[in-house]
Amino acid sequence: MNRSGTLKESPSQTAGPYVHIGCTPNLAGLAMYGGDLGAVMKTGPVQGQEITLKGTVYDGDAAALKDAMVEIWQADAAGLFNSANETRGKADPNFTGWGRSAADMQTGEFVFDTIKPGCVPFPDGRLQAPHISVWIVARGINVGLQTRLYFDDEADANATDPLLTHIADEYRVPTLLAKSEGGGVYRFDIHLQGPQETIFLDI
Amino acid sequence: MASDLPEGGYLPRDRAWQPDALTPPYKTSVARSPQAPLISFPTSLGEETSPVFPDSIMGPLDNDLILNFAQPGESAIGPRIIVHGRVLDETGRPVPNALVECWQANAGGRYRHKNEGYIAPLDPNFGGCGRTITAEDGSYEFRTVMPGPYPWPNGPNTWRPAHIHFSLFGHGFAQRLITQMYFEGDPLIPLCAIVGALKSQAAVDALTAPLDMDRTVPMDARAYRFDMVLRGRRQTYFENRSEGL
Ligand SMILES: [Fe+2]
Repeated sequence: MNRSGTLKESPSQTAGPYVHIGCTPNLAGLAMYGGDLGAVMKTGPVQGQEITLKGTVYDGDAAALKDAMVEIWQADAAGLFNSANETRGKADPNFTGWGRSAADMQTGEFVFDTIKPGCVPFPDGRLQAPHISVWIVARGINVGLQTRLYFDDEADANATDPLLTHIADEYRVPTLLAKSEGGGVYRFDIHLQGPQETIFLDI
Repeated sequence: MASDLPEGGYLPRDRAWQPDALTPPYKTSVARSPQAPLISFPTSLGEETSPVFPDSIMGPLDNDLILNFAQPGESAIGPRIIVHGRVLDETGRPVPNALVECWQANAGGRYRHKNEGYIAPLDPNFGGCGRTITAEDGSYEFRTVMPGPYPWPNGPNTWRPAHIHFSLFGHGFAQRLITQMYFEGDPLIPLCAIVGALKSQAAVDALTAPLDMDRTVPMDARAYRFDMVLRGRRQTYFENRSEGL
């Protein structure tokens, strides 16, 4: 591959078991900064369907990771990002689009109170299905894992999504689908290994 | 390379340089490393945007770990140091407005965390976390105390070299990175299985901060310099040219 970089990216190292101290200090019991970044995604009344995402990260022994930290990044209901790099319009000012959730230290469950994102176009003009970018770090993970969360009740949009249709092993696609549990709750469990191993992306 | 996909805005991560997921001497990686190959996909809007972290969220002591958890009039115990440097991207450009978060053990090697059981005592005036936003030239600075090495249960007698954890958030979600900084001359560096996940001496060197006498504050604190590099964007002009040749 022809790389035009002149410097090497800093090598990644594991977040280790004490990531909370730096990234969610209030959760770790350190009253700092007036609150944890990424703990609140909705800062006022938001446009779109409000949803709750829940999940657990499992290792190859089917044990829940209790020291994982998950971050998500997504568009608003209109498909716009609340970002300095968004040039297509102004996103919902009451929706940050970014969430950070440390797994519960007893159960391993992570939770995000967010909204269902709108569709975002792909550079070739196709429309992407509603999805959320997901990044997972934990003790034992040398390089943060990137994946995407899609929705199991968006079958039509999913059927033409540029990423989902790019995946050769179709039987693995369901690992990227959050399952609707009703009442606006979706479950997105992440399996690091095993027959249900989540698709991770080099993106 | 034939592909029906557009080129992404960000250069793909150099997986030959970055650690592998599975590094058996680091035991926890064994059950936590994906076994199927990663699926390569170009970045698009969702990876090329990032949230806004305004400077206004930062408190005046957020980047001062000596004082930000200390009682009034007191300060953290340990060798006082300044850790500073620049955040750049792979093309050598500074990354301004990047969120830099750090966390570390205290001078005795003890973390302030409920799951931490090391016998070394807590320092009542040291929390161990800091954060800052990079300036226009990508520069950042923390004031802290030198963290102590600590034992960890990877083997019967395994010790982490002194280190500071860093989390970086640049201008794209694709750039998201967590790493660790080590200190020049620490004899524990080559013995550590987490450092050992790095694939080359050059990668270890990239995470090893040298003493920086120029930034040392006389009679106050030594300084260590640590530059960090995030993924860079493709330089479309040159890419197109080389394709045309
Ligand atoms: Fe550590």
